[in-house]
Amino acid sequence: MNNKATPRILGLMAQFDNPAALLEAAQKVRDAGYKKFDCHSPFPIHGMDRAMGLKRSSLGWLVGVAALAGTSGALALQWWSSSVAYPLVISGKPFFSFQAYVPVTFALGVLLSAFTALVGMLAFNGLPRLHHPVFYSDNFARTSNDAFFISIEADDPLFEIEKTSAFLTSTGGKNKEVLKEE
Amino acid sequence: MPEDAPLIAGHPTFGDITDQISGITERRTPPVWYLALGAAVSLLMVLVGSVGYLVWEGVGIWGLNNPVGWGWAIINFVWWVGIGHAGTLISAILFLLRQRWRTSINRFAEAMTLFAISCALIFPAIHVGRIWVVYWMFPVPNQMGMWPNFRSPLLWDVFAVSTYFTASLLFWYTGLIPDLATFRDRAVKKIKKYIFGALALGWRGGNRQWRHYELAYLILAGISTPLVLSVHSVVSTDFAVSILPGWHTTIFPPYFVAGAIFSGFAMVVTLTIVARKIFSLENIITVNHLEKMTKVILLTGSMVGYAYGMEFFIAWYSGNIYEQFVFINRAFGQYAWAYWIMIGCNVIVPQLFWFRKLRTSITVMFLASILINIGMWFERFVIVVTSLAQDFLPASWDYYKPTIWDISTFVGSFGLFFTLFLLFIRFLPMISMTEVKAVLPEADPHNYRHGDRHE
Repeated sequence: MNNKATPRILGLMAQFDNPAALLEAAQKVRDAGYKKFDCHSPFPIHGMDRAMGLKRSSLGWLVGVAALAGTSGALALQWWSSSVAYPLVISGKPFFSFQAYVPVTFALGVLLSAFTALVGMLAFNGLPRLHHPVFYSDNFARTSNDAFFISIEADDPLFEIEKTSAFLTSTGGKNKEVLKEE
Repeated sequence: MPEDAPLIAGHPTFGDITDQISGITERRTPPVWYLALGAAVSLLMVLVGSVGYLVWEGVGIWGLNNPVGWGWAIINFVWWVGIGHAGTLISAILFLLRQRWRTSINRFAEAMTLFAISCALIFPAIHVGRIWVVYWMFPVPNQMGMWPNFRSPLLWDVFAVSTYFTASLLFWYTGLIPDLATFRDRAVKKIKKYIFGALALGWRGGNRQWRHYELAYLILAGISTPLVLSVHSVVSTDFAVSILPGWHTTIFPPYFVAGAIFSGFAMVVTLTIVARKIFSLENIITVNHLEKMTKVILLTGSMVGYAYGMEFFIAWYSGNIYEQFVFINRAFGQYAWAYWIMIGCNVIVPQLFWFRKLRTSITVMFLASILINIGMWFERFVIVVTSLAQDFLPASWDYYKPTIWDISTFVGSFGLFFTLFLLFIRFLPMISMTEVKAVLPEADPHNYRHGDRHE
């Protein structure tokens, strides 16, 4: 239970001058052992995954499964509806004429993969989530414009307000802010 | 173009890009926009009226006659779907090929794709006549125990085009998310903040998000790439699978795809030239960008010209007298006028772009792009009508003429297209701010290595 006079501290945020400074600072934050931090930028920065110690996204596997499900589902639908549910002889072709089923099979594979790519990306990112500690910052709105930030969450086991704050300064962070619940 | 010429002119900062693109939607609405929207909505009403009367009265209001059972509706459908292909080519194939110049035009072109497919989808939906049973085209369980015929190219088309629309929409929205966050963060009015806040889904621009985002974008580009090639191939099978001289040829899929990209790029050029002028985007969409598009037009236009020639060659070489009759009839028969419009616009006009002076002249590009789109409409007219009007039985030959309703439906479809387009450029970022920023030299951390940055 927090009382209103001392709002709960949610994290720290510092601004960096440019993508190179952000990249360098990210490596230092990673090497210091912080886990719950993020580097915010208006566009993806090349090499940032390695600087932050992040593995490649596993979204590809999810979409791969979706593509298989979409194509096999489409093939099953066409086989079942044309051979079992409603068998009709069409220009002498066999009921299961798989060559003719290729376009629809492909289309449904693509359809399910496309939905999975977007929805999976959002799910991996925990989106939609309209509420997040970084939105308490006064400067954060600039991250979608031209500014570069590192945020460290208070949940991180290494987080200690003074030490972490001094550490962010040592990495070149400016405009430091304490993120507090309002 | 020399490789070291900057993609974006005038060395803008990240903030300049945000201000310039967001500014377009934040400034007071220019009066010319209202005029344009008024005209577009008026045309849209023409479409609504024409379709309404069609549903009331039936396809008899069109100029269809006994041999010609496919008329303007199919021509318009193929034409509009074809236009859409440029957007997907720019957003997907050029992305995979690492063509960084695409960032200035991809949002715009993708929007064009969506609106062109919206127009296209109207025609097959209404040409069935009894539009209230149009759901029979989908595999929906029903009381008749009836299922669609998956061995028919017409049904492949339903799946190909609706998948194309959906996948393009998802790709477009994925690209929009970071820009919607920018609009959310810049919004002054509360209502705008809520709307863009909801649409941006809480995007924070953190690298933990970017890493999934970038892979999702790559995957969407990867699966859209075969779509560019497959959708118009499937459209072409509507013709190629039927046993009709002039339609029953294996050249159709690649020939249709080349034609689609050709007409689509022409449409992108037409729209881009107008938009960059009205919104002063000459620094982001430079003459270089336009010149690159004219090169694509030259390439695909020459492929289309080759296909026209090859059709004639095969008609002769196959020794099939029906095939020969159809092609000689196309060039010299009752529709020769349409054939030569097609040749003039699609084969001769793009050849202008061999010359650098003409490739970089805005006036030439603009006129050529319009002529090409007229030519591509006539290409579909020639394919659809000439093969049908003079079929196997001379007694049933006839001359096909459109009625006022054919014309009003087609003209009205421009109303839908431009209404959607005008709303898009007024309320959404018409150029991808995120992607343009990412191709600025300042975005590359390597450019800071030795203390100061290189230009």
